[in-house]
This record gives sequence, structure tokens and C-alpha cells, in this order.
Amino acid sequence: MSVRADRTGIAVQRLLAVRRTRRIRNLFWQLGWQVALLACCTVLLAPLAWLVSTSLKETGSEFEFPPRWIPNPVTWGNYPEAMTALPFHLFFRNTMLVELGAVTGTLVTASLVAFAFARLRYPGRDFWFTVLISTMMLPGIVTLVPHYVIFKTLGWVDTLLPLTVPAWFGGGAFNVFLIRQFFMTIPLEFDEAARVDGASSFWIYARILVPLSRPVLITVGILSFVHHWNAFLEPLIYLNSTVNLTMAVGLRLFRNQFTGEWNLMMAAATTMVVPIIVLFIFAQRYFTRGIVLTGLAGR
Amino acid sequence: MAPWLLGFFAWTLGPMVFSAGLVFTEWELLTPIRWIGTANFTALAGDGLFARSLYNTAYFTFLAVPLQLTVALLAAMVLNLPIRGVGFYRAVFYVPSITPQVASVILWVWIFNPEYGLANAVVQAVGLPRQLWMLDPELVKPVFIFMSLWGVGNQMVIFLAGLQGVPESLIEAAQLDGASAWQRVRHITLPMISPVIFFNLIIGIIGSFQVFTTAFLATGGGPNYASLFYVLYLYQSAFQFLRMGYASALAWILFAIIMAFTLLQFRFADRWVYYEGTLRR
Repeated sequence: MSVRADRTGIAVQRLLAVRRTRRIRNLFWQLGWQVALLACCTVLLAPLAWLVSTSLKETGSEFEFPPRWIPNPVTWGNYPEAMTALPFHLFFRNTMLVELGAVTGTLVTASLVAFAFARLRYPGRDFWFTVLISTMMLPGIVTLVPHYVIFKTLGWVDTLLPLTVPAWFGGGAFNVFLIRQFFMTIPLEFDEAARVDGASSFWIYARILVPLSRPVLITVGILSFVHHWNAFLEPLIYLNSTVNLTMAVGLRLFRNQFTGEWNLMMAAATTMVVPIIVLFIFAQRYFTRGIVLTGLAGR
Repeated sequence: MAPWLLGFFAWTLGPMVFSAGLVFTEWELLTPIRWIGTANFTALAGDGLFARSLYNTAYFTFLAVPLQLTVALLAAMVLNLPIRGVGFYRAVFYVPSITPQVASVILWVWIFNPEYGLANAVVQAVGLPRQLWMLDPELVKPVFIFMSLWGVGNQMVIFLAGLQGVPESLIEAAQLDGASAWQRVRHITLPMISPVIFFNLIIGIIGSFQVFTTAFLATGGGPNYASLFYVLYLYQSAFQFLRMGYASALAWILFAIIMAFTLLQFRFADRWVYYEGTLRR
């Protein structure tokens, strides 16, 4: 009896020892990765830190070499100085107007088109869906010149219209695709039940599909907000006068007019970066959800 | 719903047809459109800048895209491990990719400033000679490629989504059979996420062929045309020299190149892309 008990005891001890070494090994594994990843993060964030650091330096002290990371003195005054050197309040207002028009247009029309592809039946639907998908692979550059010509003829150049109105025509193939994929996951039984009660297609769209698709609509809204915030080529082509510029092209103008004033330039750039990062911090899951759906599109 | 679709297709298809027509014309916006047949293409054939921009773009694409995919995939594989606080790390890796490009390009120009830039400080600290970076025709493209690697967060998240779709059971089974870590990656993970790699490859190539903002803001195509990328040249032709017909011809050639590459990749895809539920041919 006692021999057997001893044996069990030894076995248990061995098991514990194995577990202990495993736990220690695991601890080192964790520690190693933590150190490596923290190092990576430092390198990745260094440019952004440098952006903020330069934006707070006194004029002249940004040229110190070797460079100093902590500004001395910390010059917050660079921000108001940069913001008033060019009318950044107008740039911001214009950008927000574009956002308002374009994001609304994208959400309304992309979801309607998605509805037409997901729920309505008509001849040629699948053919047109293939066409829609293939336009995603079209280089946007081909239509650059004709689009410009169209807006020139309409007399819309140097207004915000070329940046907002196109969003009202389907809101981009990718967004349609994203919303359609989500609509497809909503059971058809809901529609059928509503139809039995005499609901119209539009009613089903507005009262069933849209309320159930809030997550994907928020994702599309955020992604298109970021897209229009960062957009550069279109505003560059369509906007001329200073009072009509958006943030992105306004920042470019600032760079051209204040060459060499790096601290002010970095302050201006920071004001463009910060809203996007704040948005990301608060809505992180919506950002990545869109991308995850994109990735699955590849499967 | 049909009107939406009509408007939508008129927006893409109509302009494309119009642009295809412009290819055969000479038009400076204010002058009347003049039919010149294929003269734009003969002009292109003898245009040294066209050849230069094509070379620069190809150089950039064929180096940047493979590097981007490798870095993004490695990052995704690491950030798919059961590490504490992995969500935080994923967020940090992603942030550079949403930084507005105008701001980040201006920031990089400052960092690579030959006199006062951070890059030279780092290089000097390691004991290497200072560089001219973007002002050096030899270095400007590698610098741009480096800059593009900073923003691979998007591709990384797509890879991550793919990796999370790989069934745990497959990897465990391989582990029980004594497969090494490398063998598990090579024979299970990579084939399983090959559709995602394919997707990132296609999107990456299409995007790289159209690289514009970086060169436009940082160098304007210089020094000595070393960073004159294709779309930058197209932009200059259309909106600085106002040669709309010529620019349309440029656009259609780029379109043809991108389509050819995309089709080629789809052609070869069934050799290495594995879709679950289908048999390999």
C-alpha cells in the first residue's frame, strides 16, 4: 500500500515539476515577446512622437543637431500661429461640409444599391453585380480626366460639389459590396413576414434591413469619413482658391508658403492627424471590422 | 432602385468611353478638340519621361509590394500569438496606416531632411555616413519604399483576419505528428491563408502602380526625375501642361498594364491559392 502511495506521490511531484518548468518557460516566452513588441512599438511611434515634439519647439531650436526629443521650452504658441497663418478654420469647415455631404451620400445610396443587389429580383442582376465587383479593381485614374471635364463643364470647379455629389451615385463599389454582404446574413423570413402584412420594398429596406445593419453602416460611415478626411488628389484638382480648400490641400499650401518653418508645419500637420487618431481610439472595432470583412472578401 | 444603378454606371462607364475617345485627340481644355488619330501613342513611344516614369513605378511596385506583404504577414503572425496585451499592440501597429498621407509625407520629408533630419542623426549614431536621402537619385525610391512599409497596418489586419480563420485543430494535428514550427507555417498556415495573400497582392499591386501623393509632395518627381512616378507624370500632363488627350492615353496604358497584371495573377492563382472546399486542379 505504502509503496503504491509513494509511487503516486512521485508521479504527482513529477507532474508538478513539469508544469512548473512549463510555466517558467511560458513566462520567459511572454517576457521575450513583450520586450520585442514594445521595441517595435517605440520604433513605429517614433515618427509621430517626432511630429509632436517638433510642433512644440521654439522657432530655431528645431534645427539643433543632434536633435533633442524633449522641446525646451515647450512652445504651445506654434499652434495658434500656424492656424492663423492660413485660414485653417475655413479649411476645417470645408472639410466638414465635404464629410457631411459625402458620408451621408455614401450611406444612403450605397445601402439602397446594396438592397437592390441583395433583395430585389430583376433580369441581369447577377451580371451587374459582377460588373460592380470588377469596378473595384479599376484604377480610378482612368476616369480622372473625364471627371474633371464634366465638372469643368458644369461650372463646379473650385466648389465642394465635385467632392460630395459623386458619393450620391452609389457611394463606391466597395461600400455597396460590404453592405450587401451584411444584408445577405439577415434572414429572408423577416422580409416575407413583412410582405405578407403588405409592406413595400422600401418599407422593408428602411424598417427592417437598415436598423438591423447598424454595425456595418457605422463601419462604412467611419471608413468613408477617414477616406474623405485624407483624400488628396481630388481636392487638389478641383479646388483652387484658398478659402475653398480642405484640410489636406490646405496643409500642402501651408508647406509651400512656409518652407523651412518646420515647427509651424508640424503643428499644422498634428492638427490634421489628431482627429483621426482620436476617432480611432473611440471607434477601433468599427475600423477593423471593415477591414476584416474586406479580407474575407478575398476568400 | 434602378435609377441609382443607372446613375452609378453612367458615372463610371460614360467617362471611360469618353476617355477612350480622348485618347485619339489633342485637346488643351480651352482649344477645340482635334482628332489626331494614334499620334498620342507615337509621341508616347518617343517620350523619355514616359519610359522613365514607367521604370520608376515598376521599380517601386516590385520592391515595395513583396516587402509590404512580408512585413505585414510577419507582424500578423506575431500578433496572432497568445501574448498579453495583444490588442494594444495591434492598435499601435495599425495607427500609422490611418495617419493622413499629406501629414505623414510632410513629416517624413522633415525626418529625412539632409541637414537637420532625424534620419541622419540615427545613421550617424550607428557610425554610418550621412545621406542626402530624398535628394539623392539613388536613394529616393528606397526611401519611399521604406515609408510605405510604415503604413502596412491595413494589410496586417487583413492577414490577421485570415490567420484567425485557420482551424486550430489542423495545427494541433500537425504538432502531434511532430511537425516543426516552420513546417506548420509552410504547409498549413500559408496554404490556408493563400486566398488572403492573393487578395493583398492584387490590391497592393493596383495601389502601388498608382502611387502619387508621396512623390508629388516630397520631391515633385525629382531629383533628376528619379521619383517621377507614372500617375505623377499623368497628373502633370493633364493639369500642368493641359494635354488632356495625351493624359488619357497615359491613363489607358496604365489601365491596360494593371489589367494585364491582374489577369495574369488570376491565371496563376490556381497553382498556389487554395480555396477550402474545392479540389486542386
